[in-house]
Amino acid sequence: MSTLHAHIAGIGFWCDGLPDWSAARAYAASGALPAAAPGRPAPQLLAANERRRAPPSVLVALEVALAACGDAGIAPATLPSVFASTHGDLGITDYMCATLVDAPAELSPTKFHNSVHNAAAGYWTIGAGCMRTTTAISAHRGSFAQGLVEAMVQLASDAEAVLLVGYDTAASGLLATVTRSDGLLGGALVLTRAGQGPCLSARLEDGEPEQDDGPLATHARGNAMAPMLPLFDALAAGALGVGLHAGPGRRLQLDIGRG
Amino acid sequence: MHQPGGDPSPVPRGAAIGRAGRTRKGTAIVTGRSLYSGAFRPLPAVPGTSQPPPMPAIAIRAFSATTALGRGVAAQATALDTRRGGLRRNDFGATPLPTWIGRVEGIEDAPLPPRLAAWDCRNNRLAWLALQQDDLPEVVARLVARHGEDRIALVVGTSTSSIGASEEAYARARPGADGQVRFPEDLRRPIVHTPHSLGDFLQHATGLRGPCVTVATACSSSAKVFAQAARLIQAGVVDAALVGGVDTLCGSVLYGFNALGLVSADPCRPFDAARDGLSLGEAGGFAVLERADADDAGLQLRGYGESSDAHHMSAPHPEGLGAGLAMRDALARAGASPDDVGYLNLHGTSTPANDAIEARAVAALFPASLHASSTKGWTGHTLGAAGIVESVFALIALRDGLLPGILNSASPDPDCGPQIRFDNARRDIALAMNNSFGFGGNNCSLVFGRGGAA
Repeated sequence: MSTLHAHIAGIGFWCDGLPDWSAARAYAASGALPAAAPGRPAPQLLAANERRRAPPSVLVALEVALAACGDAGIAPATLPSVFASTHGDLGITDYMCATLVDAPAELSPTKFHNSVHNAAAGYWTIGAGCMRTTTAISAHRGSFAQGLVEAMVQLASDAEAVLLVGYDTAASGLLATVTRSDGLLGGALVLTRAGQGPCLSARLEDGEPEQDDGPLATHARGNAMAPMLPLFDALAAGALGVGLHAGPGRRLQLDIGRG
Repeated sequence: MHQPGGDPSPVPRGAAIGRAGRTRKGTAIVTGRSLYSGAFRPLPAVPGTSQPPPMPAIAIRAFSATTALGRGVAAQATALDTRRGGLRRNDFGATPLPTWIGRVEGIEDAPLPPRLAAWDCRNNRLAWLALQQDDLPEVVARLVARHGEDRIALVVGTSTSSIGASEEAYARARPGADGQVRFPEDLRRPIVHTPHSLGDFLQHATGLRGPCVTVATACSSSAKVFAQAARLIQAGVVDAALVGGVDTLCGSVLYGFNALGLVSADPCRPFDAARDGLSLGEAGGFAVLERADADDAGLQLRGYGESSDAHHMSAPHPEGLGAGLAMRDALARAGASPDDVGYLNLHGTSTPANDAIEARAVAALFPASLHASSTKGWTGHTLGAAGIVESVFALIALRDGLLPGILNSASPDPDCGPQIRFDNARRDIALAMNNSFGFGGNNCSLVFGRGGAA
């Protein structure tokens, strides 16, 4: 296939114990966890009362998205965006299924419209005042890699910069007996066609990525979005390349050039 | 599925900070929250003020839909032509809500082939049924022979994927010998309890090995698959793509839309002055796309436009700004003017707010001569499948000159423009369009044409 290219202009990160990219980099370098990390993200894009009500998927996605925009110095309203999540909000899926058994007529309309896979994308565009395109995708363990491909082909067509967000939540309730995902994890990249920052070159290949035992991949390995972590480990370590799981028997091979 | 009214939900009204205004040219501008606006560097292209460049046309080698009207394109075309609708009184589930639905016949009696049994569920059964129509397998096989299976993308849309299987697993869950409540054994299959159930099933069913993605942006999902596939082809990642969408009736959407107060007790009446809500439906459909040759004379994807309302999770922007942006961008990528469009399949959910706002956005952009209609009176609102189903209807209009009107509606809404047509018409057209809008303010418009034509 043709090789795709992008510059990484900004990075955002949040997982349990590591509430931002600088904490994640420090942990990757030294193994030190921050002394008092917050238990849940508090994205400044939402008003305080909305932050209390928003589901964890929305909180973590908006937190890392805004952090990546801040890191890049690019206004959120100007960016098309790609939201990749394996499962969406597992807590809401559990609520929907349990309520349909117990009291279907009492289903919450808010929970219903928050149950769509593009809920985080919707709250992001509303909060950021962004009228550009946004999408929400899933490709199981290949979700982040396929989101990255979509972001990079947007750059190859007519976008100058794109926001990519990967996130997943913890499974809960009965659903957790078949679907495994622990903790809360989000990562975001602002990608640009030209400019500063590490340069990614990507191509899809046959094969599985190598087993990753980097510090971030190990720290948050229980979360369904963990297949994105080898890239964040590579960025933290200044590695020159990494492979990401991109679907059954397929890998997205990334070369990372210094920008 | 932009929906109005009666929404008691705590949507982030305070966060709806991107109040859109209008420049003198009528293009949307967005003012951001002052807290951030000074801290960021704007990109050279200010959103909403520049239009995308024309895109290379993408050939459509095959297309099909399976809905309450029947299986395959011929069944759709006949029902549209004879104005025979597919809605019936709701008979889905143990205690059906008093509404009408567009239910696909025979899914219960059509299990997946044994080799695909691990993916068995209502949604994947409908995907399989829809995939067997209109020579789709043969056309895909020809493209595999031409390009190789790793050069063909699989991009499919859904709103709820196979959540119906999860609902059933919860309903049938029982405590085991250890007291732990578990799913019944036949539903302990993690893949059917996740959104990518649809894409993963189709990947295994077809053997395609290019990028495989499930797009889930609610009711715009299977319109956006055309845009994503076009980009993958344009960027050279693949040479062709199987795109489509599948959504099936389930408790989540029936009771969810009911909770929002958006479901009509009668068959839906899009754009009727007395419309009072939607009818839900289920459907599946596909299109096979390939990079167009210079001398291609067949049907083509000419343009796509995608935008966000930046307004509300479940209600459309009151001025239809997002809808207008999507339509303008689709026409710009097609290198076409509004006058070139002969048929527009509207989102037209039959809710009071969606139809009024969409009609206004259409009247602001198109001449009175446009024939625009919603076909949801035939099929119901098929949610994540609406994009592909109504793209297939637009392709039928282009291929056969059959321009559907609106079913069940009798009294035109005086607030809607002359573009909204209740009666069918027959004439050859140069371009056809489709609008699909979803929760989260997620909008997509598509332009279809014919090779060698305007």
